[in-house]
Amino acid sequence: MSFYPLIAAYAEGLPDARFDEFTEQDVHRAINRTTATVEDFMALMSPAASSLLEEMAGKASRLTVQHFGRTVSLFTPLYLANFCTNHCVYCGFNCTNSIHRSKLSLEEVDAEGAAIAATGLKNLLILTGDAPAKTGVDYLEACTRVLNKHFPSVSIEVFALTGEEYARLVQAGVDGMTMFQETYDEELYAVLHPKGPKRDYRFRLDAPERACRAGMRVVNIGALLGLGDWRRDALLTGLHAAYLMHNYPEADVAVSLPRMRPHVGDWEPATIVSDRDMVQFLMALRLFLPRVGITISTRENAEFRENILPLGVTRMSAGVSTAVGGHADESDEEENTGQFDISDARTVDEVCAALRNKGYQPVFKDWEPIFEATGEGL
Amino acid sequence: MSKDTFEIGGKILTSRLFTGTGKYGDDSVIPGVCEASGSEVITVALRRVDLESATGNVMDFIPEHMQLLPNTSGARTADEAVRIARLARAMGCGDWIKIEVISDNRYLLPDGYETVKATEILAKEGFTVLPYVNADLYVAKALVDAGAAAVMPLGAPIGTNRGLKTREMVRILIEEIALPIVVDAGIGRPSEACEAMEMGADAVLVNTAIATASDPVMMARAFGRAVRAGREAYLSGPGAKRVLADASSPLTGFLGGAA
Repeated sequence: MSFYPLIAAYAEGLPDARFDEFTEQDVHRAINRTTATVEDFMALMSPAASSLLEEMAGKASRLTVQHFGRTVSLFTPLYLANFCTNHCVYCGFNCTNSIHRSKLSLEEVDAEGAAIAATGLKNLLILTGDAPAKTGVDYLEACTRVLNKHFPSVSIEVFALTGEEYARLVQAGVDGMTMFQETYDEELYAVLHPKGPKRDYRFRLDAPERACRAGMRVVNIGALLGLGDWRRDALLTGLHAAYLMHNYPEADVAVSLPRMRPHVGDWEPATIVSDRDMVQFLMALRLFLPRVGITISTRENAEFRENILPLGVTRMSAGVSTAVGGHADESDEEENTGQFDISDARTVDEVCAALRNKGYQPVFKDWEPIFEATGEGL
Repeated sequence: MSKDTFEIGGKILTSRLFTGTGKYGDDSVIPGVCEASGSEVITVALRRVDLESATGNVMDFIPEHMQLLPNTSGARTADEAVRIARLARAMGCGDWIKIEVISDNRYLLPDGYETVKATEILAKEGFTVLPYVNADLYVAKALVDAGAAAVMPLGAPIGTNRGLKTREMVRILIEEIALPIVVDAGIGRPSEACEAMEMGADAVLVNTAIATASDPVMMARAFGRAVRAGREAYLSGPGAKRVLADASSPLTGFLGGAA
């Protein structure tokens, strides 16, 4: 089973011009449907919907409060290493970029974990570049065991792994994974990833599914909007999420909506995704999949993050550094070694205060480890 | 009416409205909700409980007199539910446990088979087990055998606010199952809670409809009143509904009175 053959089927049924054929009437119908169909999702993603954003917002907001309440789960990323063997033309960690490369020792991981935990955060996302020789599954397992002392929930955003490797990490205490397909356009994908293990489009595409089969509790997917035609990538992201939710109902599926940000290197995004476009995608996704998690990172600025809060957002990062380490000893943070520049540099306390001010409860802890490895044998 | 009590796990309860702690924009409203609703039982997801938190803990907002009903939200199998229940007890959350085993994150429908398994294990360990299940007579019967303290059938899928969609099946449980029947999930409006109580449910559990109201405290009060109204209506024995008006001249009048 794979989402791969479905992409080709959708591509056939959705030639580029098709988006322009949807009318406002189609959009109205889609908004008012109890359960939106794939056709409705296309209508909601079409240019015709851009004049009906306020109408979509009302329903998106109601559905979000109904299913998730006035709550937002908080997490923060911890970059364990930035060694990378890939040549992704748009990424600050590209192995041809001359940046300082490093990897945290287990002692440093512990110190970083303690520093982050002191801010109150309980959900941690650990990240590495794609360098299995330096930061392979053994290293990730060891880091997870150290970090589980500080965090009830540890998720990974690393290179694509095999099913057995995901199962090992689940056993070690990892309960979530994030995997961005970057773009669902296979030809463009080949251009953007000229060399390195990540060049294997299909292996990456099927990674979230392998994680689901391995028992991963939370699976978060996304496309890096702006690499290619954002509308098509957004559409396929939603369809990919729907596919995972349908086939792996035991997994908690979430979608991130990352837009291209400035980084080291000279690659420029193919398209600029405007705030309006981004909001349309966010709300179309909420109307199509009322129960899907929606994650917004600090790639977006504070004001925009606050404005889109009621429209479908369920998870946010806070207190972020995208440089390796960067939490325990701030003076150690070097310029220009982060994966991308963050736009919301507020502290965890500041983000929480802003959420509460908007009537939302920041949720720190949303999982209790229950496995033998971490559950003290209960 | 003051003596209209019922019992779960040896505890005598007066209020027939159970409340929850999820989905609030601000947990500090919870004490007000408890007071306004008159509720005596409150459910809390163990996954959200954080006794070591420096950032606030939902438990700090639960009034002392409330019977805590930790739930196993997040459990996908009987085994996970059992582990969560044991953790809840170890963390000092008491012996009551609401079993939620949900392996379907799309519709959040409970897995009856796994729920029965978990109920059997936990009841033997001395827990007061309140399982959340589909309104299914045979699952409910199995829960009775497994040692459940009550049965909590859903009115509609969790969080949908769709009302008492399982009306006829809940009615059968009320008629056939000797344990308290607590209608849980799906009740979106006080009128729907009232209807469940009129039918003879022993209690209802309402979370989303209160927590996501613009004024949760006022909505809690409305639910409290609706539940009491429904209960009184049930106890007072409402007249049967009739489709047609009664014939004004008795059709058997020619028989000349009782034999």
